[in-house]
Amino acid sequence: MMFLSFVKKEFLHIFRDPRTMLITLGMPVAQIILFGFAITTEVKNVRMAVFDPSHDISTQRIISRMQASEYFDMTQVLHTADDINSAFNKGKAELVAVFSDRFDENLLRAGKASVQLIADATDPNQAAMLTAYASNIIADYRQELLREHRIPFLIEPEIQMLYNPQMKSAYNFVPGVMGLILTLICAMMTSIAIVREKEVGTMEALLVSPLRPVWIILAKVAPYFTLSIVNIISILLLSVFVLDVPVSGSMFWLAVVALMFIIVALLLGIVISSVATTQVTAMLASGMLLMMPVLLLSGMIFPIENMPVILQWISNIIPARWFITAVRKVMIEGLGVSYVAKELAILAGMAVFLIAVSVKTFKIRLS
Amino acid sequence: MKKAIEVENLTKRFGSFTAVNAISFDVAQGEIFGFLGANGAGKTTAMRMLCGLSRPTSGKGAVAGFDMIRQPEEIKRHIGYMSQRFSLYEDLAVWENIRLFAGIYGVPEKEIAPRTDGMLARIGFESGRNTRVKELPLGWKQKLSFAVAIFHEPKIVFLDEPTGGVDPLTRRRFWEMIYDAADRGISVFVTTHYMDEAEYCNRVSIMVDGRIDALDTPKNLKQQFGVRSMDEVFHRLARENALTSNAN
Repeated sequence: MMFLSFVKKEFLHIFRDPRTMLITLGMPVAQIILFGFAITTEVKNVRMAVFDPSHDISTQRIISRMQASEYFDMTQVLHTADDINSAFNKGKAELVAVFSDRFDENLLRAGKASVQLIADATDPNQAAMLTAYASNIIADYRQELLREHRIPFLIEPEIQMLYNPQMKSAYNFVPGVMGLILTLICAMMTSIAIVREKEVGTMEALLVSPLRPVWIILAKVAPYFTLSIVNIISILLLSVFVLDVPVSGSMFWLAVVALMFIIVALLLGIVISSVATTQVTAMLASGMLLMMPVLLLSGMIFPIENMPVILQWISNIIPARWFITAVRKVMIEGLGVSYVAKELAILAGMAVFLIAVSVKTFKIRLS
Repeated sequence: MKKAIEVENLTKRFGSFTAVNAISFDVAQGEIFGFLGANGAGKTTAMRMLCGLSRPTSGKGAVAGFDMIRQPEEIKRHIGYMSQRFSLYEDLAVWENIRLFAGIYGVPEKEIAPRTDGMLARIGFESGRNTRVKELPLGWKQKLSFAVAIFHEPKIVFLDEPTGGVDPLTRRRFWEMIYDAADRGISVFVTTHYMDEAEYCNRVSIMVDGRIDALDTPKNLKQQFGVRSMDEVFHRLARENALTSNAN
């Protein structure tokens, strides 16, 4: 009875604050839609460079076709193979076409020549589109040669993705958005809600009341726990029915992974709330210490394997990193529970550690 | 008659610092007990111990008939508390706040509605039942906080500087509510900075440096120090203390 009337009051706080409602329920939908649609638009005028050591009639004709297309802007002609890297590093090219030596000669004599298409795959969607466009142009040229010579030539476009070799693409962001939203709701919103009571002074009245401190915390956490589950379900529904990203693994283990992460994130929120004394501090702490790392270091946007070693190390202590990896395995790759045992164990270890920390900080506060 | 508070040699130390130094006093049922002292004199620490929030280092006592050391949870159930910072939730309506705290203090479900009606009628606030607390003026918030603090009919209610920031007239109205509660047998333990409020108390204690240096009715205290107001009593004690600490 005591506990329930408190939980009810906590829900009222959320329902009566339009901003909280918007963040907790509107944000997941907005993010899924944003990541799902806004990012996969048509590409035009992409900066392109060529490295053409053979410099013959065939390569020239392919290059001029690419130049003529609206997709590519030929920005540079490279003279050595080393220039390829520097063109990427300086941002002068997003796509480089590398023709093999004696291209035309090989094509006519051996009936076979190769061209390498190297793309900056930091944005995997765009990289996939670029190489597909370029391959099409090359295929067109092959058709033309076929008509002219009536010999079955073969031009092999060999595609290489820089910076994101596995081409983990569109499916990537669904686990990422889940990690982000859960961190936002569980850690940030919870810590702010608890600190608000400290700041306003109502926490004093609660501590004097017969409610045990543990129940106060549980009651504050309960609505955010519920909201997190609602959000997981809505994200999954959106991804299955709107984005066509199916749940290929076990629904049960996906739920276990999600629950585990929700618990860790809630504990993080509780620990932050016991340290912070103002809502602003709580927001900054969870924003800088949790949200930013989730965005930048969890592998949601930038693949972990391509980070500098130090950042890879740091990413290990970010709970969302393990959650996102586990969701990817279970949901996208459809792997069994044995493949996520490590991630689950790490999250469980983090939960135990955080429980110890929050119990300790709580005792200090009460003595 | 049973005492609402009885403490003997209550002491709280933090490391080598003694915040409360062996204080002893009692509060009778229905008594209004003023608890005065400068900032840092140990009032808050003493009050936290009495409310069951902090364990005494030594000494013993009972609040609302329960032992301070062994039954702090029982104490919490039988006291009321209101602080200078409001204990009410601004985004909840008046009745929702009442319901919430009634629930927390275990008031039986079917009694909540009739008691709410009675309480609002008594303070003349029937029309404000559905108003959100944030829309109320400060004076009303304080009156309502007090009414909520005694809603579960505790044996004693602790008021920590309850009337901060309001004018003397509003304070006076607030004190009418306090007298009303005391008449119904609820003891009132009140800390304050305002010496006009000290005059309203049945008895007043003044804490200096962790000790209770004076404890009597306002009338006797004024006689004892040969002054005409509680304000002067307070300053006498504070000055004496400043002199002794200078001598040290």
